[in-house]
Amino acid sequence: MLDDFFTRAVIGGIGVALVAGPVGCFIIWRRLAYFGDTLSHSALLGVAMALLLELNITIVVFVVSVVVSLLLLVLQKRATLSSDALLGLLAHATLAVGLVVLAFMTWVRVDLMGFLFGDILAVTPMDIGVIWGGGIIVLAVLAYIWRSLFAATVNYDLATAEGERPDVANIIFMVLVAAVIAVSMKLVGVLLITALLIIPAATARRFSASPEQMAVIAALVGGLSVWLGLRGSLEWDTPAGPSIVVAALVCFVLSVMPMPKLWAGREPRRQQPSDRSSGVKEP
Amino acid sequence: MLVSLDNAGVFRSDRWLVRGVSMSIEAGEIVTLIGPNGSGKSTTAKMALSILHPDEGAARQKPDLRASYVPQKLEVNWTLPLTVNRFLRLTNRASSRQMEEALALTGTDHLAKAQMSKLSGGEFQRVLLARAILRTPEFLVLDEPVQGVDFNGEIALYKLIEDIRTRLNCGVLLISHDLHVVMSKTDRVICLNGHICCSGTPATVASSDEFKSLFGDQAAPGLALYEHRHDHEHLPDGGVVQIGDEEAAADSSSGNKPGTTTGTRVDA
Ligand SMILES: Nc1ncnc2c1ncn2[C@@H]1O[C@H](COP(=O)(O)OP(=O)(O)O)[C@@H](O)[C@H]1O
Ligand SMILES: [Mg+2]
Repeated sequence: MLDDFFTRAVIGGIGVALVAGPVGCFIIWRRLAYFGDTLSHSALLGVAMALLLELNITIVVFVVSVVVSLLLLVLQKRATLSSDALLGLLAHATLAVGLVVLAFMTWVRVDLMGFLFGDILAVTPMDIGVIWGGGIIVLAVLAYIWRSLFAATVNYDLATAEGERPDVANIIFMVLVAAVIAVSMKLVGVLLITALLIIPAATARRFSASPEQMAVIAALVGGLSVWLGLRGSLEWDTPAGPSIVVAALVCFVLSVMPMPKLWAGREPRRQQPSDRSSGVKEP
Repeated sequence: MLVSLDNAGVFRSDRWLVRGVSMSIEAGEIVTLIGPNGSGKSTTAKMALSILHPDEGAARQKPDLRASYVPQKLEVNWTLPLTVNRFLRLTNRASSRQMEEALALTGTDHLAKAQMSKLSGGEFQRVLLARAILRTPEFLVLDEPVQGVDFNGEIALYKLIEDIRTRLNCGVLLISHDLHVVMSKTDRVICLNGHICCSGTPATVASSDEFKSLFGDQAAPGLALYEHRHDHEHLPDGGVVQIGDEEAAADSSSGNKPGTTTGTRVDA
């Protein structure tokens, strides 16, 4: 079954989506989209370093992302530069340096487009093992820190005061984001990882009443997008990463369209004490 | 001793937000912090909860202190699907019966399934208080817990806080800008203005010169007004009427808090 490159891509892709959904929810809740962008752009620097040192790409990308995210945490605490300027600076600096270093390495044949936009053919059985093994670990750790991380997301001070140790949860979460970037790079490419993290989560928002529900729905929507995107990519010979993102976008657009009563009725209605619209008001 | 601050101060942006704060809170005690805007009340509470660490002096907590915190500001943005019931379980487990009870105490049981981002200001504060109580804390910190709550509700909530103190025997640190409350069930009042300017029982503080200069000459009648109402707290509105103050009576019937005109309120 794993002989077929398309099947491998689908299995790998769904593995990535199942992890990206819940992690992406936290990225949305905490308004970290730009932060995720910075991290994923720095992945190209990781690729360049891995090729230079002849090491495993996934592992080096993971390590570089962890270092960059911790660096960001430290810089944000003391820097005078505003944090979005800092993120923008680092995002493009690491991307540019990565591209330049890759261009210098004339002795290795580099499929740059594959790194930027994902390479459906490149998913090996080994990659699938890494994606699912790594994915299960990421989800297990996320489940373990869930309460602290969520409490810190709602209110950092409250979480601290009530003994949830949000700093620890925050650092672990950064590492998880780095891991998701490292394993999803091959599939969607460094430029579009953030899209895979946030679009399914944003799609899930409309259908969720609780954070846990939103995480599960985001994972499912992500999986569906991967399948649709890869089918489309095969059908029309389009690059894998962008096709998956387009599929996710279609799901999102559908989710924000006005819906028939089916969903509208699920939202718990709250009674309004004063009803100004009706004329039946008591005197 | 649950918590103690010893000559503690916080230095940020080239200035001391508060300095030289010494206080301690015992189990079963209600301590109220009052003071004008920006006088460091919230900062002091954060030191007591180890959210901020003093840059000078020391803050000590009983080991493994179980604290509950109602922060002054808490926003739940719309990207976050969060029902009231889920919010109650933010930092602790709770059975549905316990959640129901906690909500009933604050009169919000009908909101159990509502989204936090859709609550009104007063409803939100009640839910915050319900959550804090649900944790059965040893130390309860309430930073302006009745903002946006209507006057009758306010009195009921303060009554509830007192009941909780008795039932759980917990220490309570209450931050309030309502002077008439300070005169209520508080064991000790600490009056802050970047430093502790006076402290003691409500009566001593109210008659101290520092207090008068901080809150103006109007502060003293406020005490009398309150004590009168205290005798009649089963008639929260009526207390004001009974002192025969036409103006205050008219004021309370129009839905404003009594004391606005008599100067008992200090807007922090
Ligand atoms: N992290 C901070 N950095 C700089 N100034 C701060 C910080 N937090 C609060 N302040 C300032 O400290 C002062 C005291 O704040 P606060 O304790 O919230 O006062 P209060 O609760 O009594 O209104 C205010 O002037 C506020 O602007
Ligand atoms: Mg304050």
